[in-house]
Amino acid sequence: MTYADLIEISPYSLEKNEKKKLLTDRLNELTRLHQAKCPEYARILRAIDFDVDKVSDYEQLPYLPVRLFKELELRSVDKDDIVKTMTSSGTSGQAVSRIFLDKATSANQQKTMVKIVSDFTGSGRMPMIILDCPSVIKNRQMFSARGAGILGFSIFGSKKIYAFDDDMRLDIAALNDFLDSHRGQRVLLFGFTFMVWQHFYKELVRLKEEGISIDLSDGLLIHGGGWKKLESEAVSPEEFHSRLRDVCGLERIHDYYGMVEQTGCIYMQCECGHLHASIFSDVLIRRPTDFSVAGIGERGIIQVLSAIPESYPGHSLLTEDEGEILGEDDCPCGRKGKYFKIYGRLKNAEIRGCSDTYAAKFD
Amino acid sequence: MRQSLINDECRAELSGVRFLVGDIERLGNVGNIPPMTPFADGVLAFLNDLSAKLMSDSNARLYPDIVTLGFWLRKASLLKLRERYEKKDGNIHQGRGILFHIAPSNVPVNYAYSLFSGLLMGNINIVRIPSKDFPQVGIINGAINETLRSHQFLTDYIYLVRYGREKTVNDFFSAIADVRIIWGGDATIDEIRKSPLSPRAMEVTFADRYSLAIIDSDKYIGLDNKARFAEKFYNDTYLTDQNACTSPRIVVWLGNSIVKAKEEFWSSLHALVKEKYKLQPVIGVNKLTSAYIAAATRDGVRIAPHEDNYLMRVDVTSLDAGIMDLKDNSGYFFEYECGNITEIRSLCDDNRCQTIGFLGEKDMLMPLLESGVRGVDRVVPIGATMDFDLIWDGYDLYERFTRTISMTI
Repeated sequence: MTYADLIEISPYSLEKNEKKKLLTDRLNELTRLHQAKCPEYARILRAIDFDVDKVSDYEQLPYLPVRLFKELELRSVDKDDIVKTMTSSGTSGQAVSRIFLDKATSANQQKTMVKIVSDFTGSGRMPMIILDCPSVIKNRQMFSARGAGILGFSIFGSKKIYAFDDDMRLDIAALNDFLDSHRGQRVLLFGFTFMVWQHFYKELVRLKEEGISIDLSDGLLIHGGGWKKLESEAVSPEEFHSRLRDVCGLERIHDYYGMVEQTGCIYMQCECGHLHASIFSDVLIRRPTDFSVAGIGERGIIQVLSAIPESYPGHSLLTEDEGEILGEDDCPCGRKGKYFKIYGRLKNAEIRGCSDTYAAKFD
Repeated sequence: MRQSLINDECRAELSGVRFLVGDIERLGNVGNIPPMTPFADGVLAFLNDLSAKLMSDSNARLYPDIVTLGFWLRKASLLKLRERYEKKDGNIHQGRGILFHIAPSNVPVNYAYSLFSGLLMGNINIVRIPSKDFPQVGIINGAINETLRSHQFLTDYIYLVRYGREKTVNDFFSAIADVRIIWGGDATIDEIRKSPLSPRAMEVTFADRYSLAIIDSDKYIGLDNKARFAEKFYNDTYLTDQNACTSPRIVVWLGNSIVKAKEEFWSSLHALVKEKYKLQPVIGVNKLTSAYIAAATRDGVRIAPHEDNYLMRVDVTSLDAGIMDLKDNSGYFFEYECGNITEIRSLCDDNRCQTIGFLGEKDMLMPLLESGVRGVDRVVPIGATMDFDLIWDGYDLYERFTRTISMTI
């Protein structure tokens, strides 16, 4: 089955066994493709004596740790065919992932994202408020997960406005004008979880004390990027929701989980607060001690599979995130497939030994 | 009488320094404290009392590394050292003066070996101890303070400090030091070297190193107690997360029973590791990443099938020092089947190569060691890679920590 056939299927319509068959076929095909086209990938498979012909379930496929994309240049197409190189956000000095996209993979990412997100927003474009500053997509240095996320979601926007100036100051008057001219329409808001909290929510609270308010009851917020930076503020997802609703009437809020290594296949949070796998991808939870597949309700390391990647061997990846499958095919929201939750990053190892791992902290 | 080293300005600079043994007033007076002769009776008596205290403390005995230290500090053990090192050459030998030790922050008792070696050689010791709160540090420091009460004169020779890596403090201690001892690897050495030493001062640096194990398969097959051998290997590796400079990162197999020996050895080690080792969740991901990088970038790599993440073995068909750039820890071993010992020459011909943990006949190694390699500082039996000695990491600490008044009259 080609990806063009797959993408015609509704994202949350297949039950476990149908999905398994379809996805196993496609992922085996991708494994063969990358084995033939990416020499490093082929060597890895050789080193573990892997035979794709024996795979009857995608659980049996090898998974590349995501950090491999920081250490190695992994691609399955000629350099000339690369149209875009995505990089992960990393603090300065750290290696960043490099993901090489050709035309087909890039296009499939976008089509997939439209399919998935439309299931939550309805089809058709909406006026869109980007909860970030305009420079984030201009500045090449910052053009990574944040910029790519904004560009990716911008396809859902008809008219667009950036909520912040380049000093991350909220322009409330412009925002209210924008809302007034689109009253009665659903408005899409998009931003990174931490930015939404730090520069939007907190500013709205301050403005409310001054008597300035904003009505976002027609709004639908999609946010992602993780909760790590909010840990110090001890904000739970539930509190994030309720406080935003209280300050501006925003009712529809969807978190999502995704990574630059598998752009397109994002995992959207449904109305019940669960992250969902679409038919284009899946999550498996693996036990840290032996990487066996964990059952429902068991915490472990997240493996992600995506039917999209043809230009780089990223169709089966082991993340460094911890999560737990909550159920499959039976979420009260009605969507089929697995639903799950994320616990965040695995803790760094504390390693003994002579070489001082803390040396980097010297002034 | 020399003036105190501590004026108001230094006092402000040193305000962030916590003294766990010693105090700032006493430290100011070190200019008036004479170095002692190596292995002075008073020092031996102190260390022997300290040893007794550590060995009889039920709390201390919970920590095998403290027990090993206590054992090393016994009078009998120190007298043996004295016999080995004491020079009856008619010259006068004494400590060099003030030693400034920077201990690694992630090994609990290393600082104690550094300190006591300096003290044995007759020096005043300022030791920056691990910032991490290891229980061993509290126990050892408590025992030092108590034992000092009956050995008052040594209070002028021991200063154990903790501070937040401020450069101004490094500057101060470096400026007054006669010898600076830097543990903690390349990055730490780079940082500390930003603080100048006085012109006559010297430095001992413990840089990043790697080590290997060489096992004669025939000898292994003939061992009576293979479980004991696995334990020794465990102590060389997993006990410090296989990340000490002495921990073997690669196992080189010799002899005619390699297939059988490998099978038996790894399965007995695996059983032991599963029982004793606490595997942190991220370690499996780290080791898989390292193995795949090795597989993707080198020819002839095979990752041995493994039932879990406690033990990962990566077979390689060629060896060079470059493979050590791909090393990992916490149970990650390269493995090489060796027909002729000189095949591993390039791995050892690198000044980062430190310890060979060995099982076999000495003769088997000689062609390698006599070929003029740049690396290899020590060859020890498997199980003894961590044993401390005054010749360490290629340095003779007796020579480094003492000076000689040459007498030709």
